[in-house]
Amino acid sequence: MNFLMSLITNLISGLSLGSIYALIALGYTMVYGIAKMLNFAHGDIIMVGAFAVIVSVTSLGLPPVAAILISVVVCVVLGVAIERIAYKPLREASPLAVLITAIGVSYFLQSLALIIFGSNQYSFPKIMTFSSITLGGLTLNGETLTTLIVTTILMIALSLFIGKTRIGKAMRAVSEDKGAAELMGISVNKTIAVTFAIGSALAAVAGLFYGTTYGFINPYTGAMPGIKAFVAAVFGGIGSIPGAMLGGILLGVIENLSKAYISTELSDAIVFAVLIIVLIVRPIGLLGKKTNEKV
Amino acid sequence: MQSKKTVVSKMITYGMVILAFVIVFALDQSGLISRHMRSMLVPIGINIILAVSLNLTVGFLGELTLGHAGFMSVGAYAGCLFSIYTADLLPLAARFPLAMLLGGIVAAVFGIIIGVPVLRLKGDYLAIVTLAFGEIIRSVIINLNFTGGASGLKGTPQDSTYPITFVVILIMLFVIMNLVESKHGRAITAIRDNRIAAEACGINITYYKLLAFVVAAFFAGVAGVLFGHNYSILTAGTFDYNMSIEILVMVVLGGMGSIRGSIIAATVITILPEALRFLEDYRMLIYAVVLIIVMIVNASPRFTGMRDFLSPKTWIAILTKKNNGKEAA
Repeated sequence: MNFLMSLITNLISGLSLGSIYALIALGYTMVYGIAKMLNFAHGDIIMVGAFAVIVSVTSLGLPPVAAILISVVVCVVLGVAIERIAYKPLREASPLAVLITAIGVSYFLQSLALIIFGSNQYSFPKIMTFSSITLGGLTLNGETLTTLIVTTILMIALSLFIGKTRIGKAMRAVSEDKGAAELMGISVNKTIAVTFAIGSALAAVAGLFYGTTYGFINPYTGAMPGIKAFVAAVFGGIGSIPGAMLGGILLGVIENLSKAYISTELSDAIVFAVLIIVLIVRPIGLLGKKTNEKV
Repeated sequence: MQSKKTVVSKMITYGMVILAFVIVFALDQSGLISRHMRSMLVPIGINIILAVSLNLTVGFLGELTLGHAGFMSVGAYAGCLFSIYTADLLPLAARFPLAMLLGGIVAAVFGIIIGVPVLRLKGDYLAIVTLAFGEIIRSVIINLNFTGGASGLKGTPQDSTYPITFVVILIMLFVIMNLVESKHGRAITAIRDNRIAAEACGINITYYKLLAFVVAAFFAGVAGVLFGHNYSILTAGTFDYNMSIEILVMVVLGGMGSIRGSIIAATVITILPEALRFLEDYRMLIYAVVLIIVMIVNASPRFTGMRDFLSPKTWIAILTKKNNGKEAA
């Protein structure tokens, strides 16, 4: 019985961690679907979002809601600006050139944060305090539950947005065929900018939850969740939105379970090993679309 | 038969490396090189080996891999452990080449183990899987006992010197440049240019992909041995994906499929952070900005058009009207 309880607790905290990965992975996968590029700087947007919250709460003394809003706005502006300045001139260039540029942007954000904040750990303000809930002998952490609920709402909202709205339709069209979409009167530039804006907003939320989960932020905080989310996006089939959600959640659960039952040090290795096995069995990821190569 | 042009091009590459070595050696003998500068010579050489070998997979084979540091670490640990255990048994002249050979072979074996299942993946999937392998190797090394674990492997004799590194670079250049110009090399570039057409011509895709991958892994392992023998402590944390990315940056900046470009870019990128040291905290920031600007200027259609316009070659072509179309890259 005790084992079952701890298993459920670990599963739920794994789901919560996984939903954070899923939020980040959505940004990766949306940008990949539309701009066909790996945005390596996406992880660092999380770090910027988390620092925005810290600055607004501890230095400016703003209420939590305002801090969260500021963090989202900062990330959206940053994401769109990065796209405009660094990626847009390279839209016709080779994917590798864009990848290296994205790495450059990642270095840029990290070193800028390093200059402003130094390499110290900043403790993340406790802006969300929720009491834990006890359900039939099972104690659930309040923050974990909030993370889970908010990310679920965001993912449903995003699915509806992409499925039902005009802009969502434009996004799907651009990812399918950029040239044809442009001929149908869709502004490709605007659609790509919107995609970056949404991805960055999700990253800001992910930064908030990442900060509350781990409690500490430094300029390099974004790198590892960024890589994990990239893994999650590929795991689910890169370019596929449900795939990113599934991949992120599975990744979080696997990571948490291996931390709890196998080894803390080897948990990353286990996550990566599962990814490799999945990709060897199914080279396009779990929900990826198979594209036939034309001669 | 190799065409005259490729022979000349190869000679320029060898000449460039030899000339650089002679100049450095002469300066060193006359005492004009500071200790700090001398300490950078081996890392430059190691990065040249890494960049040129990665160029074989990324530039010539056209497959993006992000696990080069993983092969390097495997080679480094194999070579260093060999040196530690044979330090009293063998003289330096036998021990160090054997360590490098062993490191290279172990890395190549890992290249086969990893390459066979993953090389059927393409593009970004291959990139993430090789990155994943690199990270797995790192985690496993940290958790093993005989590798010294997280605190690192100590006691490796510090045998790496820049003349030895130079000799290794020459051997590597000889192998890779001859490979690229050979029948095998043409098969590798054919796979890059059009996989399906290459397959239709009877080229064994799996074999040649694996060949490029394994040769690259071998030299990454050799570079790892040089790296391990250059510092007193070898820690697995050094070989994370950031290192693989840094090598990739060298390859892309130098130009895909250009060996000379990789050599120059590896040298510049190793020196640049040191040369920018006077900027102190702003060093990495400037480095990042330089990287972004170079990529945009190098690859953006707007700028490449401008560059073509400014290049004397275009004007000569216009004036003589001999050159139709762009020169083959």
